[in-house]
Amino acid sequence: MSRVVLGPFNRVEGDLEVTLDVDDGRVRSARVNSPLYRGFEQILRGKHPFDAMVFVPRICGICSVSQSVASALALRDALQLEVPPNGDRVTNLLLACENVADHLTHFYLFFMPDFARAAYAGEAWHAAVKARFEAVSGRARVSMLPARARFMHLMGLLGGKWPHTLSLQPGGSARAVSGAEVIRLFAILREFRGWLERELFGDALEAVAAIDSAANLARWAAARSPASSDFACFLEVADALGLAALGRGTGRFLSVGTYRIGDAPAYAGGVWDGALRPFRHEDVVEDITSSWMMAPSAPAHPWAGDTEPDMDKDGAYSWCKAPRWQGQVVECGALARQVVDGHPLARSLAAVDGGSVSSRVVGRLLEIARTVIAMETWIREIRPGEPFCQRADLPEEARGVGLVEAARGALGHWLVIRKGRIANYQIIAPTTWNFSPRDQAGTPGALEQALVGAAVPAGEGGALQVQHVVRSFDPCMVCTVH
Amino acid sequence: MNLLWLQSGGCGGCTMSLLCTDAQDFVGLLADAGVDLLWHPSLSEQSGQEVIDLLTAIESGVRPLDILCVEGSLLTGPHGSGRFHLLGGTGRAMIEWVRALAARARHVVAVGTCAAYGGVTAGGFNPTDAVGLQFDERQRGGLLGADFRAAGGLPVINVAGCPTHPGWVLDTLLALGLGSLAEGDLDEFGRPRFYADQLVHHGCSRNEFYEFKASAEKASDLGCLMEHMGCKGTQAHADCNLRPWNGQGSCTRGGYACISCTEPGFEEPGHPFAETPKVGGIPIGLPTDMPKAWFVALAALSKSATPKRVRANATEDHTVVTPASRKTGLK
Repeated sequence: MSRVVLGPFNRVEGDLEVTLDVDDGRVRSARVNSPLYRGFEQILRGKHPFDAMVFVPRICGICSVSQSVASALALRDALQLEVPPNGDRVTNLLLACENVADHLTHFYLFFMPDFARAAYAGEAWHAAVKARFEAVSGRARVSMLPARARFMHLMGLLGGKWPHTLSLQPGGSARAVSGAEVIRLFAILREFRGWLERELFGDALEAVAAIDSAANLARWAAARSPASSDFACFLEVADALGLAALGRGTGRFLSVGTYRIGDAPAYAGGVWDGALRPFRHEDVVEDITSSWMMAPSAPAHPWAGDTEPDMDKDGAYSWCKAPRWQGQVVECGALARQVVDGHPLARSLAAVDGGSVSSRVVGRLLEIARTVIAMETWIREIRPGEPFCQRADLPEEARGVGLVEAARGALGHWLVIRKGRIANYQIIAPTTWNFSPRDQAGTPGALEQALVGAAVPAGEGGALQVQHVVRSFDPCMVCTVH
Repeated sequence: MNLLWLQSGGCGGCTMSLLCTDAQDFVGLLADAGVDLLWHPSLSEQSGQEVIDLLTAIESGVRPLDILCVEGSLLTGPHGSGRFHLLGGTGRAMIEWVRALAARARHVVAVGTCAAYGGVTAGGFNPTDAVGLQFDERQRGGLLGADFRAAGGLPVINVAGCPTHPGWVLDTLLALGLGSLAEGDLDEFGRPRFYADQLVHHGCSRNEFYEFKASAEKASDLGCLMEHMGCKGTQAHADCNLRPWNGQGSCTRGGYACISCTEPGFEEPGHPFAETPKVGGIPIGLPTDMPKAWFVALAALSKSATPKRVRANATEDHTVVTPASRKTGLK
């Protein structure tokens, strides 16, 4: 048995260190360390509750809108506000824009460049992948980034800027939209759809969204050349390297449900482990057995949670806490969201491989297609002239919860207001779920489980399979610890 | 010139903002100005040991470094140890890496208000003892000390903003690449003057409401955000309304107040962000360069002269009274 420490891990958001126990060229056990602590939950204590909306987006530059939405929802819950439908439509558009843009960033900038590495030079597909996806110099970047930037003009119009908007309010959207601006939104989205269909999919979004099984996905790929689109290119690489058999997760998928109009989410929430179970936030606790945090007596629900750093704690190895649902480790992200929502392709992939490097990436790309179609609907449903924001008055004593799906999975904010100030603010981010350390029972987190069995060939410093598994979760480390 | 980019106690949002640039190919643009990317955490292939080898080679002087960009504040806690961020795979505090590499760099650039002054991470009681590279809020010093000069002769260049505008970062790096950035091009807080000599107020689309002090009273109102909603656009140094964000955006165009995120110490304003602090009904934070008596007199006059259209629209979320049609020519 030998020990390998990998870090700094780049092309994840933030800093990451992974410690592996390797035996016979395979990972036997893994420990994931989130090495950066900033203390947002401590910073927020005592502040005016609405000031949370300034601080929380700045937890994360890549999930900024998601953090804003979670905060606005927690305040909305605490204030018992009804939001006009226009407020929900604009919120959904901003959130969808961020999530789709993040999926593109992940695929093109973070994930695919690993397949352009010299270590794969002997593979038949390598030259094409290198030309398109090599870090910094690949041709895809010069096409994708401008398309993404123009898509994000939607953020400029509806949110003022990205990241770190303040337009998302407990009462809805501070930015009302005119009829002329609805037309501009339509034009922005139309241009982006064109790019997706030409470059990413080589097919209509509706056709991608209609692929309904792992077998039909294989048929879709077999019917076209890998050079015809980036999705087809990925499927060729995934097939050649067996990525569907790599990085198997817990098979238990969490989504809190998202893109609500009123109470109805576009993607339903729940927990899927072969059957669909309801998700109640009361079933969530955070365990800090392995976290550099001063220990209370038992794992606590976030409303009763606490955050006091203690870097000298015995047995701790990460700043990340360990959230558990009904005591269980769950995986979240785009694949989980699509599985829980019941998309037949996602359910089929989950049944075949239980969550893998390949199916996580497919889940993300499938979701791009589905979400852009939904965005077109929200734009058409905006009613200029009707209200976008409900006035919000602050109670002296209240508590609230805000649950939303960020690009990389389930995000929750739990807020307690006392004497008109924030008495407690606890955050569980997607990568807190996925990259959690061991809990009091010694059960490893989702990534720690998914890494077991990955190959670490002697002499290969990069441990490429480990890198693929880690990045398949699209980790956001700055959210993880916050 | 080569460029190394490191991230510490921030959110990565300045990199994300940079990716929103309207430049078709910003990497190629920088290269044509002579700036080549040595390593960036979000963009480069090298990971793990490859990165440690690179940093070590720079620290030992084997590999020269021209531009060091740091994003995120520098976490000096707990107790000066820097252990709130040990760079992954190295067991060494990020503040030690930054001190060592800054000593080798020809230019040091703080990307964002965190790296410049401490920023949001230094908010509240500053649990991690976060500071900027050469400032701790308005106080010179920070991680590298008040007297620090990079090998090229300049102090730390503070591209402040939360986040930074992609144009501020790119234009600063282009100026360094083209050799056109001198000390006189930086203001008293180390910010490039090409954007810091402007006020957010310049070009604000709510200008007519400001002229008549026709003010918004709640989120989504169209009126001026200064009187009630906490807006600091008349005091904050930046060109946000002249150099739009993500197409045609800005904070005030997005429906909310400027919170002066380019200014040192903006994270602790001493009042709720979305409320304007007042004494005797008059905002404490008056427009830069404007004597209080003038402002009070002018505000009273302009309020009494506010057209009905402007007053009516100020507290609505869409135009309810449109401008009248007037014959504007002489014929």
